[in-house]
Amino acid sequence: MTEYLPLAGILIVVLGFALRLNPMLVVTAAAIATGLLAGMDLRRVLEVFGKAFNDNRIIAIVWVVLPVIGLLERFGLQQRAAAVIRGMKRATAGRLLILYLFYRQVISAIGLHSTAGHPQTVRPLVAPMAVAAAEKQAGPLDEKTDEKVKAYSAATDNVGLFFGEDIFFAIGSIVLIQQTLATYGYQLAPLELALWAIPTAIAAFLVHGARLMMLDRKLSSLPRSGGEGDHPKNGEGVGGEASAITPPPRFAGFPSPSKMGRNG
Amino acid sequence: MITLQWLYTLVGLMFAAYAVLSALDGGNRKRFGNAAFWGLMALSLLAGDYLGDLGNGLLVLGLAGLAGLGLIGRSAPPTTSDEARDGFAARHRNRLFLPALVIPATAMVGTLLWMWTPLGESGFIEAKRETYVFLGLGVILALGILFAWLRPPAIAPLQEGRRLIDSIGWAAVLPQMLAALGVLFAAAGVGDVIGGMTRTAIPDGSVFLTVAVFGIGMALFTMIMGNAFAAFPVMAAAVGVPLLVRGYGGDPAVIGAIGMLAGFCGTLMTPMAANFNIVPAALLELKDRNAVIKAQVGTALPLLAINILFIWWFAF
Repeated sequence: MTEYLPLAGILIVVLGFALRLNPMLVVTAAAIATGLLAGMDLRRVLEVFGKAFNDNRIIAIVWVVLPVIGLLERFGLQQRAAAVIRGMKRATAGRLLILYLFYRQVISAIGLHSTAGHPQTVRPLVAPMAVAAAEKQAGPLDEKTDEKVKAYSAATDNVGLFFGEDIFFAIGSIVLIQQTLATYGYQLAPLELALWAIPTAIAAFLVHGARLMMLDRKLSSLPRSGGEGDHPKNGEGVGGEASAITPPPRFAGFPSPSKMGRNG
Repeated sequence: MITLQWLYTLVGLMFAAYAVLSALDGGNRKRFGNAAFWGLMALSLLAGDYLGDLGNGLLVLGLAGLAGLGLIGRSAPPTTSDEARDGFAARHRNRLFLPALVIPATAMVGTLLWMWTPLGESGFIEAKRETYVFLGLGVILALGILFAWLRPPAIAPLQEGRRLIDSIGWAAVLPQMLAALGVLFAAAGVGDVIGGMTRTAIPDGSVFLTVAVFGIGMALFTMIMGNAFAAFPVMAAAVGVPLLVRGYGGDPAVIGAIGMLAGFCGTLMTPMAANFNIVPAALLELKDRNAVIKAQVGTALPLLAINILFIWWFAF
């Protein structure tokens, strides 16, 4: 039984996330419990945890873009992005996101994966454009649909990144595969590994693309709520629709029970 | 040479400014909590290498304590109204996209130059960190353009940045915490235990079922660790190399490459991969912090099945 003790930390994480406790506390508790159960003393646990945190500061670099993104929002970038989409007759949320999926996979496949991302492109451009397109399809969005379109925007960025980046041979995961297999005596060229990422990249585009088209179908079949009067069907936005991107309170206590099963 | 520390310093100064502005923000009841939280982040980025391991550990405890006890909160720094933004959008039209595109364009052009021209051998920039350096350069360029063109108040970029970072809150730090947790999991031998459990789950004599356990194991262990990188060596040691390659004679390139991608399907389904799944929910100000994961499950599960089939077809 004692050989399973190191798994206690995992149990803490799963329970903590399920009970919706603050993840920062959950992770810290799990780290300390795991370290202590592995026979470290508290000081040693803190040292290992602190060193690992410091070694991973590269994760924080992406926040350097926030002042520019915020400044652009101040000058109406999100509103303009939405207006452009409203001006395109054939634009739909699904088509727009399929285009972004393709772009994200291609730039990731040529090693430029860090040039797009949630702070850089999704919040200022992709999400407001997708919401504007969805409003053309379904009229003013209720909160649930609005959140869903935004969540799909973020999801599309992830799918494009994950299933594009491994086609680029000089990326961390390819190096890791190569190194791991080399320890067992299998010497593989990075290019050979990168090549085998292509079938999955195509499959990811087809599967996620199909789901985005289903999102379109669902949006078009929604009853158009709200009065037509204050919401022009197409043409340049005259303003007033900016409310679509005003923030709701963050992480309010109640989860929205969206039924994702129907999509897949 | 421009190293990663230059960027840490740049981001650290930014967080230091958020800390000072937070402390001065009389409108925020939790202003000192915010100031302490972003102050600790600034300290980590500016001086993390000089704090010692224990010092960094205590710093992390401080961050977790401030966030966990609810001592940080959203602020409302001065910004423009929706009406004013509509006005700006109507006046400046598509020119507004230019500064937004300067950042990715700089990162892209810079990285390409470094990859494909002799500049790459000049040694001006720390190897493999070019994109990050050009990302920082792009930010500075974009700020320069915005100041020359729209003349915002000098403090505006920092106040607008604080508005965004406060709306993200502790989620901005969580990915780093989870990466550190992964290191402790590894040190405690979690991988060995999971690898052993996976092997007991494998029926004898079926190539397909062994491939399926390998793929599902990659996805599940990735969900636990939040990272396919941590899962791969464990699953390779437990199933991939001894059973699939040596036992059944599979192609190691296929098993390695597509096995990793099966792990990525797990990344799409776990809150442990916070920077991909939790941070964007905060960044887009979604109420349901798992909304992004819910949008991804329908892609991740079929894709996991496809990856398992691909390994079965292509490796044997």
